[in-house]
Amino acid sequence: MCEMDEPPILQVEDVHTYYGESYVLQGVSLQVGRGQAVAVLGRNGMGKTTLIRSIIGFTPPRRGRIVFKGMEITRWPSHKIARLGIGLVPQGRRIFPSLNVLENLTVGARSGVGNGQRWDLERVFNIFPRLKERVTHKGNKLSGGEQQMLAIARALMTNPEFLLMDEPSEGLAPLLVLELGNTIAQLKQQGLSILLVEQNLPLALKLADYVYVLSKGRVVFEGSPGELAASEEVKRNYLGV
Amino acid sequence: MEFWIVQALNGLSFGALLFLLASGLSLIFGLMRIVNISHGSYYLLGAYIGLSLVKATGNFLAAILGAVAVVGAIGVMMQRFFLARLYRQEQAQVLLTMGFAFMFADIALWLWGGDPQRIPTPGFVARSLAIGPVVFPAYRLLVIGVGMVVAVLLWLFQEKTRIGAMVRAAVDDQEMARGLGIDVNRIMTAMFLAGAALAAFGGVMGGPFLGVYPGLDFEVIPLAFAVVIIGGLGSLQGAVVGSLLVGLVDNFGKALFPEFSYFTLFIPMALVLAIWPTGLFGRR
Repeated sequence: MCEMDEPPILQVEDVHTYYGESYVLQGVSLQVGRGQAVAVLGRNGMGKTTLIRSIIGFTPPRRGRIVFKGMEITRWPSHKIARLGIGLVPQGRRIFPSLNVLENLTVGARSGVGNGQRWDLERVFNIFPRLKERVTHKGNKLSGGEQQMLAIARALMTNPEFLLMDEPSEGLAPLLVLELGNTIAQLKQQGLSILLVEQNLPLALKLADYVYVLSKGRVVFEGSPGELAASEEVKRNYLGV
Repeated sequence: MEFWIVQALNGLSFGALLFLLASGLSLIFGLMRIVNISHGSYYLLGAYIGLSLVKATGNFLAAILGAVAVVGAIGVMMQRFFLARLYRQEQAQVLLTMGFAFMFADIALWLWGGDPQRIPTPGFVARSLAIGPVVFPAYRLLVIGVGMVVAVLLWLFQEKTRIGAMVRAAVDDQEMARGLGIDVNRIMTAMFLAGAALAAFGGVMGGPFLGVYPGLDFEVIPLAFAVVIIGGLGSLQGAVVGSLLVGLVDNFGKALFPEFSYFTLFIPMALVLAIWPTGLFGRR
C-alpha cells in the first residue's frame, strides 16, 4: 500500500488457513493503515470470513504472520487478541440470545488501550438511539437491523482501535444499508481503523480507502476504490457484477 | 393423606440435595460440554470429609466449609491440569473422569473404610416437627430451605451480576465471548470450582439422612444426569425443576413400586426427552 508515514496497524503476511483438510486461505497478504478503512470483497466461499477468523484467532493460520500494532499475534488466544484493541462485528451478528441489550453491551465492555474519547453507554446510545429504547429486550427479540446496530455497539464498548467487520450489510434493507454506511463513515472519522469484509460493492467503494478482492483464497486484485470501479474485468470475473 | 405429605416432603428434601449436586453439573456440562462422571465423587468426598470434620470439631458449619474448600480445590486441579486439555473430546473426558471416579472411590474406601456411616444431625435441628397430623424431621426441612436459598443466590448471581452475564454469554456462544475479550478459560475454572464445591456441600447436607457409604457416588450420578437432561443443559431453572421432578418421582417410585424404582424414574425421563429433546428449559 502506498505513502504511509507510520507503520500499518494491521499486517497480514502470506497467511495460509485450513479448516481441517480444506485449504481455504492460500497465502493472503494485506495491510490496514492507521485510521484507514480497508475493504475486502469477493463472492461467497472465497475466504473472506476465514480471513476474519484468522485475524481474531478463531481459526489460527497454519502458516504466515499476523501483526497488530507491531506485535505478532498469530496463534494467540482470541481473548488476548481482542484485548489488544480489536472490536469484532462478526458475520451473522452473533448477539448473545440470553442476554438483554444492556448486558450484550456491557458484558465485554473495557476501558480499552487507546487514548482519545472513550466509548460508554451514553455515547453508544447517541449513535444508536433505537438501542436505548430496547435495553431490556433479550438479544433474540430484536430485528435484523437492531441486531446489527447492537453488534457494532457491543464492539465499540470494548473501546477498540480497530474494527473487524464481517458483512455488516448482510440481510439489511437498502435504507438500513445506507444508514449503516453513514455510521461506519462516522466511526472512521472518529479515528477508528476498519477492516470491512463485504459483498455489497457500492457500500465498500463508498467507505474504503483501499480495496482487496479475494478469490479462492488468494488476493486477485488490490487498489483504490476508483481503480476497482473502473475495472470491469475484475468486477465481472470476481464479483459477478 | 399423611403418607402423601410425608413422601412429598421426603421427595422435596431429596430434590434439594439433587439440586446442589446437579446445578454445578449442569453448568459444567452446558458451558464446557464436559461429561464429568466424577461429579458424584465430589458429593461422596464432601460427605466423608464432612464426617471427619464433624467428628473432629463437633461443628457442622466447619465441616461444610472444610469439605467445600478441599473438594473445590480438587475440582479446580482436575479442570486445569486434565480436562482443559481435552476440550470437546467427549470420549476422552468420559474415560478420564470415570477413571478419576474409580480412584476417588478407592481412596475413600481406604481412608474411611467400607461400613456405612452417618453424619450426626446438627443439634438445633435434631428433632421432629409436628405440622398438624404430620410429623417430620426438622433437618429435612432445613435441607429444603437450604436448597431454596442456594437456588435464589445462584439465580441472583447469574442474572444480576456482570460475571453471571459473562457465564451466560459463554454458554450461548463461547467463541464470540472469546472474540469480545472474555477469558472463557478462567470462567470455566471458576464454574468447576463452584460446581465441585456445591456437590461437596450437598454431600455434607445429605450425610445426616442418606448416610455415607461406598457406592453412593455411583448411586447419585445417574440421578444428577437425569436432572440435567430433563431440565436442559446449562439452565438454572431447568436444574431447579429437574431436581424437584427427579426427587419426587424417585421418592414416590421407591415408596409405591419399590421393585420398579428405576423404571419410574427413567421412563418419565425418556418421555421428556422424546417430546423436548433439549430438556424442559434447554436451548434449541
